[in-house]
Amino acid sequence: MLFVVGFFFTFIIGGLTGVMLASMTLDSQLHDTYFVVAHLHYVLIGGAVFPLFGGFHYWFPKMTGRMLSERLGKWSFWLVFIGFHVTFFPMHVLGLHGMTRRIYTYSPTAGWEGLNLLATVGAFTIGAGLLVFVINVLRSLRRGERAGANPWQAPTLEWAMPSPPPPYNFVRIPVVTSRAPLWEPSGREVTGIPASIHASLTTRFDSAVPDHIYLAPEPSIWPFLSALAVTGMFIASIFTPWGLVWGAIPVTITLIGWFWPSRHETSTHLRYEVKPELPA
Amino acid sequence: MSSAPLDVSHLPTYGYGTRSLTWWGTMGMMLIEGTVFLAAIATYFYLRTRVNLWPPEDPPPDLFFGTLNLIIMLLSGVPNHLLSRATHCERLGAVRLWLVAGVLFSLAFLLVRTFEFLFLNTTYTGSAYGSIVFALLTLHTAHVLTDSIDTVVLTALMFAEKPEGRRFVDVSENCMYYWFVILSWIPIYLTIYIAPRY
Repeated sequence: MLFVVGFFFTFIIGGLTGVMLASMTLDSQLHDTYFVVAHLHYVLIGGAVFPLFGGFHYWFPKMTGRMLSERLGKWSFWLVFIGFHVTFFPMHVLGLHGMTRRIYTYSPTAGWEGLNLLATVGAFTIGAGLLVFVINVLRSLRRGERAGANPWQAPTLEWAMPSPPPPYNFVRIPVVTSRAPLWEPSGREVTGIPASIHASLTTRFDSAVPDHIYLAPEPSIWPFLSALAVTGMFIASIFTPWGLVWGAIPVTITLIGWFWPSRHETSTHLRYEVKPELPA
Repeated sequence: MSSAPLDVSHLPTYGYGTRSLTWWGTMGMMLIEGTVFLAAIATYFYLRTRVNLWPPEDPPPDLFFGTLNLIIMLLSGVPNHLLSRATHCERLGAVRLWLVAGVLFSLAFLLVRTFEFLFLNTTYTGSAYGSIVFALLTLHTAHVLTDSIDTVVLTALMFAEKPEGRRFVDVSENCMYYWFVILSWIPIYLTIYIAPRY
């Protein structure tokens, strides 16, 4: 939650400085300065890293079955959030003062030391926040509170499964009639999907009405071999364009091998096969 | 809370057209490849605006083999259409027959394509013109080759044993992709063979 608010706050500032940079007159002054460095970190860290942290905290209980510590979580958020703004906000000012990007040193007479020192303090604060985050994860993995299936009382389907979820997900697929299926459960389940072979229910793409039962292929080594062949083809193409031509041959062979059904698979599928309505 | 389960055991195990997952995959592939074709054709006409003489020094490609292939391609639409119809009714005999016809058409097309390459009257390293002409023809050949291999594999599968019903879906999607190969040849033919004459 805090991370998502942090995302809004930071990303809006990053977005607004983006609008500023889009102005030609301003950009001719600020191009290649620390103002741009500040802007892009507000956009990238604000737009991508904060939400990632938010998502990690949200789904950690589902992934591991244990809760992260809220107290440590708040500590790590505030350290990262404050550290971030202490690091990158002064860079706007440095850019306006003419400090260019991609330099490792500058003249002591430029008068940039104070703000750069402040940014360094901020960077260490971010580091401290990330350290708290790592400690929180490691501690919670061992001693975190048991999460249960749905610690957030969330409405979406992943929270209907135990935490961590079993590899087969649902024993029986629930019937969903709402965008918040756990808040408005239909109470119905799907039955009739063959349990002894790999099969899954396929719905119409527009109405989500059950349409047919897809019989999945049996496990096979061919996808792995074709991945090797594709890798070989592209590595060879670095050295010669003919790598694409000759490399395509093993790719073709492995793809055909992948497609070709085993006798066992065909006979099994034929036993379960139900034909759709065919035109006369 | 609990009410009658939703029993899906009566549902079919495959479906044609938009009901099939691979239909969507093939459509997406055609969309991407169609964009590549358009980009290559646009490149041809862009390069043409950069020079005074087009084609630079070479005569334009010989019309004969390209036009012959256009005719073969358009004719192959007939067995392709009949094959597509046979798959939707799952008539194995007709599917086998028109698949073999499709393979023969592919072979004829690829044979004539070899002569097309020999009579382009340019080299792929000589000029921007030669490069883009070779690129266009190679691009289309790659698609013909892919679809020919597909057709051969599906033919072998249809003769090998009693196929699953959904193999008919595979063949019908191959037909759809073959239409893409046929129809894309028309603008590429016009670009390679007709455009340099005007």
